[in-house]
Amino acid sequence: MDFLLRLIDFALSRQEQVLEGLAQHTWYVITVLVTAGFFAIVAGVVTRRSTVAKELALAIASVFLTIPALALFVIFIPLVGLGFAPSFIALFLYSLLPILRNTITGLDGIDPGILDAAKGMGLSPIQVLIKVELPLAWPVILAGIRVSSMLTVGIASLATLVAGGGLGDFIKSGLARLPLPNSLESIWLGTLLCLVLALVIDVVLQALRAATISKGIR
Amino acid sequence: MSTTNSAAKTRSPLSERLDLIISPVFAAALAILGFAVWTYSDLDKITIAILSPDKVQRQIGETLILGLSSSILVVLIAVPVGILVTRKGYPRLKNLLVSTLGLGQALPAYGLIVIFFSFMGSGIVTVILALATFSLLPVLRNTIVGLEQVDKSVIDAARGMGLTARQILLKIELPLSVEVILGGIRTAVVINVGFSALAFLVGGGGLGETINSGLKLDRGPAILIGAVMVAIMALLFDFLSALAQKYLKPRGL
Repeated sequence: MDFLLRLIDFALSRQEQVLEGLAQHTWYVITVLVTAGFFAIVAGVVTRRSTVAKELALAIASVFLTIPALALFVIFIPLVGLGFAPSFIALFLYSLLPILRNTITGLDGIDPGILDAAKGMGLSPIQVLIKVELPLAWPVILAGIRVSSMLTVGIASLATLVAGGGLGDFIKSGLARLPLPNSLESIWLGTLLCLVLALVIDVVLQALRAATISKGIR
Repeated sequence: MSTTNSAAKTRSPLSERLDLIISPVFAAALAILGFAVWTYSDLDKITIAILSPDKVQRQIGETLILGLSSSILVVLIAVPVGILVTRKGYPRLKNLLVSTLGLGQALPAYGLIVIFFSFMGSGIVTVILALATFSLLPVLRNTIVGLEQVDKSVIDAARGMGLTARQILLKIELPLSVEVILGGIRTAVVINVGFSALAFLVGGGGLGETINSGLKLDRGPAILIGAVMVAIMALLFDFLSALAQKYLKPRGL
């Protein structure tokens, strides 16, 4: 309890840094989810007719998730330098698999009869995709986006190691100053804020889910 | 790597085959990249000192010890706990576990290792415990999911044949869920080998040291070769776990 109070005290005395870390961390999550989401959904849509292409896309995306986070963060440094760029690339590659897998699962799960009916009503393939397939797969895709967002929040804490900022800054500076006063507070603050941010993002995604899922399948 | 949520689905023969091919292919490509950097870039004395064979060999050994011992620890804890909470009488505990596990993915491994360090000081045990805590989630989740997806009528039939609860667990439930459980263990092994690269932060050694020296001394080739080595080790263990997943599942499935 005492420690919790000191933690809050610590956070309040550094409001600016806290807000900056949160903003940078949130920025990673938003940019990564939007770009990786777009890319993964397009990849899932493009490969949806071919089993081989689908499985190959999944296998490649899963390799990115196998490569250790630190390696993925630093491997692009010789090409793009330090800071936002290498962190963004790593998080982007990391986020692909959950969204791609759920896009494919979601599209696969659609009853072929529905697609036939849509075609029979005279919808073009693009119309079928936009008006039938994607809306029906959307709840599953969103579940994948949720998994990716949780992953991104956790792993974005490594951005600090390549000078990319974010909540990891608190962990890094706390570690560097251990066992001086306020170092423990800094470490815990960085870690707990990640969890708080994850909770907030989860709530936002649930609201998004309620707002965007087609009325017919709610 | 069959990670995160939907491991319960049985995999198609094609995806199983790709699963065994793609990791070695990427590992080979990375090895060529690393070798090309080693051969063709202008390595100064400092880079060569960072990459000295003695050091790298020790770091690989440390990575192995960290990754494997934390994985064994996780299996010893998570599988029994997963079995326990799926027995009758613990539905509340199970639901609580399952709902917390999703959020647990957002737990930063970095913060966890540093927090363990602040309590236990530097060293290999600190890292092993932190890694085990972090990778507990996938094994626990897959154990629960795997045991839950066993067809209840199969269990009923076994009970009807007079098998005891213990026999049902050992002869029916575990064999039928072993592929899913192994999928979770595979995720944990990859996480443990991969995040052992953070051990250098708390004096636990590992290949992260090479990456860190490269970062500190601004030696691109050292960073790249360090990252390539860590990645190859993770891909190798992913491949070995995929083999285990393929050959340890019961023949009847």
